[in-house]
Amino acid sequence: MQFMLLFSRQGKLRLQKWYVPLSDKEKKKITRELVQTVLARKPKMCSFLEWRDLKIVYKRYASLYFCCAIEDQDNELITLEIIHRYVELLDKYFGSVCELDIIFNFEKAYFILDEFLLGGEAQETSKKNVLKAIEQADLLQENLDFQIRLFPGVLGPNVSAESSGLFQS
Amino acid sequence: CPENEMIRVIRSARTQGEERGVIQRECAAIRAQFRQADSGGRSHNLAKLLYVHMLGYPAHFGQMECVRMIASPRYSEKRIGYLGAMMLLDEKQDASLLITNSIKNDLSHSSQYIQSLALCTLACMGSAEMCRDLAPEIERLLKASNSYIKKKAALCAVHIVRKIPELGELFTPSAHSLLSDKNHGVLHGAVVLITELCERNPGNLDEFRKAVPELVQIMKGLVTSGYSPEHNVAGISDPFLQVRVLRLLRILGRNNDEASDAMNDLLAQVATNTDSSKTAGSAVLYETVLTIMDIKSESGLRVLAVNILGRFLLNNDRNIRYISMTSLQKIVQTDHTAVQRHRGTIVDCLKDQDASVKRRALELSLALVSAANIRSMMKELLRFLSTCPPELRSHATSGIFNAAERYAPSQRWHIDTILHVLITAGGDVRDETVPNLIQLISVASELHCYTVHKLYRALISDISQQSLVQVACWCIGEYGDLLLKGDCDEIEPMQVTEDDVLDVLETILQSHMSSPTSRGFALTAIMKLSTRITNNIDRIRSVVSIYGSCIDVELQQRAVEYNALFKKYDHMRYLIMSSHTIILGIPMSKSTGFKLHSVVEGWSPQDILSVIMYKHTYTQSNFVVICVVPTILHSRYG
Repeated sequence: MQFMLLFSRQGKLRLQKWYVPLSDKEKKKITRELVQTVLARKPKMCSFLEWRDLKIVYKRYASLYFCCAIEDQDNELITLEIIHRYVELLDKYFGSVCELDIIFNFEKAYFILDEFLLGGEAQETSKKNVLKAIEQADLLQENLDFQIRLFPGVLGPNVSAESSGLFQS
Repeated sequence: CPENEMIRVIRSARTQGEERGVIQRECAAIRAQFRQADSGGRSHNLAKLLYVHMLGYPAHFGQMECVRMIASPRYSEKRIGYLGAMMLLDEKQDASLLITNSIKNDLSHSSQYIQSLALCTLACMGSAEMCRDLAPEIERLLKASNSYIKKKAALCAVHIVRKIPELGELFTPSAHSLLSDKNHGVLHGAVVLITELCERNPGNLDEFRKAVPELVQIMKGLVTSGYSPEHNVAGISDPFLQVRVLRLLRILGRNNDEASDAMNDLLAQVATNTDSSKTAGSAVLYETVLTIMDIKSESGLRVLAVNILGRFLLNNDRNIRYISMTSLQKIVQTDHTAVQRHRGTIVDCLKDQDASVKRRALELSLALVSAANIRSMMKELLRFLSTCPPELRSHATSGIFNAAERYAPSQRWHIDTILHVLITAGGDVRDETVPNLIQLISVASELHCYTVHKLYRALISDISQQSLVQVACWCIGEYGDLLLKGDCDEIEPMQVTEDDVLDVLETILQSHMSSPTSRGFALTAIMKLSTRITNNIDRIRSVVSIYGSCIDVELQQRAVEYNALFKKYDHMRYLIMSSHTIILGIPMSKSTGFKLHSVVEGWSPQDILSVIMYKHTYTQSNFVVICVVPTILHSRYG
């Protein structure tokens, strides 16, 4: 995998993980163009597209798009499973995860991703083991207010799209 | 939590300007905090900066803070420091070298979670120098650590090999032995590492082919094992691992009979027993098919694989259909007959809603056209062309022309197909195909009358499609006489006057829709007509003279030349502007046997050469020059 991007339906970036060396400028350009391309796709369309010399695999979960760029020899269908696995991990960790969780706990989202993928490849194929490792790492942190769990309702009556669970269709 | 407060404030900004203001204030505060040695809120501070960076604002002033944090003894600070390094530093920056030492130390830390941070960062953004420096450490970790670290070390090694392929030597001995580990994470890492080692250095293939029996065993274990909750995904046991093993088997079996034999049964087993009702199973089947098709497999196995792809084509899931076509495209040349069996389904996919699927279906359909199916396939392709999405149209027209040229059952059918495409999709026909189309039309001499009539009629209703305009103008110029005669078999007669024809050509010349090339074609056509009409030569003369001062340089040059033809070289005008064949003869004696189309007396070979070059450049006619010249001139001028 060359990179993974998470972005909202308005095109706001929520997570970017790059596994190839690119300048900030190049990353911004790629992000801008790719986000535009993916957002322009209609709901019934294929999860795969060719973009520049890359294969793009994306899937939308509630208000968030999960978008990966893979190489020619990589298997698109298993990449969909990788995306799904990551969402499951987030869901298990945050408890019915929604976009807001990822916004306010973005470091956690990265830490979880970094326990699942390493250098762009899956490092652990057992969901249980990834979650166990994260739990242990969290315990190591001396400052426990580093993690905040937001429960729905805390932010007031106007519940936005960002607070709908990723697994709701 | 301080950074959450900041995030809340940023999000409540109502305009871009307001947001920028908040960010500026926050960054100033963060900068100030960085300068203080105070340790309390350092992690929060850096986290704030990372959030700001993700929004797209500059954060390079945080790079050194990352370096400092990574060196901190506190886990929470290391953790965010390494994250910051991965986000803010890339290998091209000098600051990244500064963390090499920290990484080195952390790789041998007593806490595996700290080792993990170092491994993750190295695998994500390690530069070539860092990799070279730390490779021995990684090799050590591959051998002497627990599964948690081993699996990460393996993937770190993958990154190192990608950066510096020669370092692969270092990992080759350990890689093979990792395959006997029971831990899936380690196995997965090992398989990825071996794959990388083989891809980077084909010299490794022989060594790792010895691992084929082990890999086959691993797969067998996964496929036949009972339900394993830890690794189960939709009924498939660890599809991630299965897919990688299959991919490695592909690399090892390629071009090698022995290795291919050893994996044959396994592949058949996986192909037959894998449940493809969910994506996980389909992913495994897909990889299996790719492997079967790429190694030296038995024909029965190949047929099985193509049939799987055929089944995929009928799957409700659009993604599966797309994947199927991608794979079929790869094998359409080598397994043509097998793929032909699924032609009907492929053609149906031309009607899919998704443009990516349509594109694939188009590629495949074009590849499946043959002499046997040209008529029915062309019907489908032309039908597709009429509803084709814009981004595929020019590819479709080119594909259709190629197919038509290769397999046309008759000249009439060929011309009809060309005309149909030009008339319905002329705007998407690539400019480069125009000369070829002209060539094909000119060769079909019995159809000149039919062709020019059809093109003329298309032209009078629409002059916006450039390729149509260009081909039509050329035909009108060459076969204008046939057009003016009015009658033609197979088309209802239509009275066309010289004025009508000149009107449409002049309209093209003047229209802002016409490209410079099209205008050149139109002007030349007008000029050619000067030798085919009788009543409007003055009109032509005046048009040509007007364009002598046209802004477009190409057109101007053309017009000036044509003007000159009228004024000074009128005797050559007929020769140059008339149809194909020029027979130039310099009669040496009265007893030449043949009829000369034009007799050119008193012309030097230089004159003749000029005429030939002129005709070629300006009229794009095909012409045959039969030169009757004395031998001595022939040897001088070739």
